[in-house]
Amino acid sequence: MTGTPALARPREAPSAAPRLAPPQRPRRPGQRARARRRTLWIYAFLLPTVVLYGMYTLYPMIASYWYSLVEWNGFTADQRFVGIDNYRAVLADPMFWSAVRITVVFMLIVTPLRVFGAFFLAILLNSPKLPLSSFFRTLYFLPVVTTTAIVGVVMRFVLDPASGPVSVLAGLLGLGPIDLLGSSATALPTAALIYVWKFFGITLIYWLAALQTVPKDLYEAARIDGAGAVATFRHITLPLLIPFLAIITVLTVEDCFHAFDLMQTMTAGGPFYSTEIIEIYVYRYAFAATIPQLGFASAAAVLFGLLVLVVVGAQLWVTMLARRSGARA
Amino acid sequence: MTAPARPAASAALPRARRWRRRLPWWTLVAVLGVIAALWVFPFVWMVSASLKSPAEIFAGGLDLVPEQLRWENYARAWTDGNFRRYLLNTAIVTVGTVVIVVVRCALAGYVLGRYRFPGSRLILGILVATLFVPTGYTIIPIVKLSMQLGLLDQLSGMILALSGGANVAAILIYAGYFRRLPAELEEAAVVDGAGFLGTFTRIMLPLSMPVTATVSVLTFLFTWNAFFLPLVFSFSNPKLRTVSVGMQAFVGENSTDWSGMAAAGVISLIPIVALFAFMQRYFVEGIAGSVKS
Repeated sequence: MTGTPALARPREAPSAAPRLAPPQRPRRPGQRARARRRTLWIYAFLLPTVVLYGMYTLYPMIASYWYSLVEWNGFTADQRFVGIDNYRAVLADPMFWSAVRITVVFMLIVTPLRVFGAFFLAILLNSPKLPLSSFFRTLYFLPVVTTTAIVGVVMRFVLDPASGPVSVLAGLLGLGPIDLLGSSATALPTAALIYVWKFFGITLIYWLAALQTVPKDLYEAARIDGAGAVATFRHITLPLLIPFLAIITVLTVEDCFHAFDLMQTMTAGGPFYSTEIIEIYVYRYAFAATIPQLGFASAAAVLFGLLVLVVVGAQLWVTMLARRSGARA
Repeated sequence: MTAPARPAASAALPRARRWRRRLPWWTLVAVLGVIAALWVFPFVWMVSASLKSPAEIFAGGLDLVPEQLRWENYARAWTDGNFRRYLLNTAIVTVGTVVIVVVRCALAGYVLGRYRFPGSRLILGILVATLFVPTGYTIIPIVKLSMQLGLLDQLSGMILALSGGANVAAILIYAGYFRRLPAELEEAAVVDGAGFLGTFTRIMLPLSMPVTATVSVLTFLFTWNAFFLPLVFSFSNPKLRTVSVGMQAFVGENSTDWSGMAAAGVISLIPIVALFAFMQRYFVEGIAGSVKS
């Protein structure tokens, strides 16, 4: 194991990925020059990635730490070093803890609905006996491709308490007009459900891909042994899918940390900050304030990065432990 | 004498049985169909609202068919709402980003997938470790850096920032693909006198077309739908807005123009939905790839 997903990819056939030893020809004088030229080409090929990735991903990750230690409004050049004062201020801010809580609650609503809901739908859609299954796949996947920021705006109108279709329908059913996004009790669950709807298709594709890995002849063998549909599912499909549960959960949890587009366009964190996830909190202090507090916002951003790291890291760790103990058993 | 009649009689029986066996499946189809109709309802509503008059929408009927098709809503969104410009900006940014991402990820994936060299493990390790970095964490230094380079108020700055960010998955897809190509290909190329660059451009790159299609489609989707970076990059210059940012601005300025808003939404979503309709396979393959690996 080289430890990276890409390298750990199972090789299909021994002949498919041969890493041949260097040719056994006698070394000619041109050989070394050619090897050097090859090395130069290799680094030339990497150059665009190193430059762009370095500038826009690695540098910002490191610079965030520096910014989090200074007091700075972004306009003037002077950055006053304040040590860990920003962190102290962020950690003392109840609004920050509220944002952390909302981010976690949001994740806890969205993840199980997406992972288990998509699991059941994938089982149904994977059945060769179901008519129109590819048509359904397309429809259920459709929200994924649409622009989240635009869907967020459209949803605001669909859920509008006065003339939105949902509220009108509720009125016809005698429930009176409802304002799902306008009340702080219902805004977060509503936004979470819309997020589930928006990205459900991704988790569905994950599960369908996992189902494709179940070898067809296993089903065949089960049928010959006289196993019914339920027994086949319990003893063949389910055990083979369990390993995928971990990685699909990790990917879905990670996805829940990208809710800025939807939240900002749909509720902008409101009403009364009831849907303010950490990304919106950072945005509010860094960009939406009349006097930006970039140091303070950076400290919150760094803490957010740590939260993602801890949550995703813990999951990967548990997954690895489970896999190792499973391999031993 | 009765022999010819018998097959017909017994054929009727299995047919009835077959229908009975299929009935649960068709019931399931009906249930899934109703859910699917609710699933796409927001889009259907948007298309319907884009063709209604504002008064008709405010009357609050649930009828999805407009009394009269009001195409002028589209004209309003297109010119007054500036969506002509927003759409053009989005197209420029998306195409630029897709080209840069494909080129740089194909190059990097090729050498990382096929060669061992000093630092290759380190680079792969760093890429994988930063797979899950959220935009909210890196956005402030990105803006500051772009400001110092004079790229903040330009589409080119937006393109560079979008194509420099989260495209690790694309590199890994390319690396995995190139690794699995047989080594004989390179040997044959060397025998034919092709150098490093020639081997890549004339043999490897053409072979990687399926992967290039997947990466292009996913990058297109990611960039077309991007919001956080374009929002921050177009703060001081509204002319740089992409459709996702423009939509925000449009409802901010015309909060009562529901039909104009819906028309703007349809204009913005048509290109990406059309791409999905024609390239569905590549969308699905690209997303499924992260589970398989």
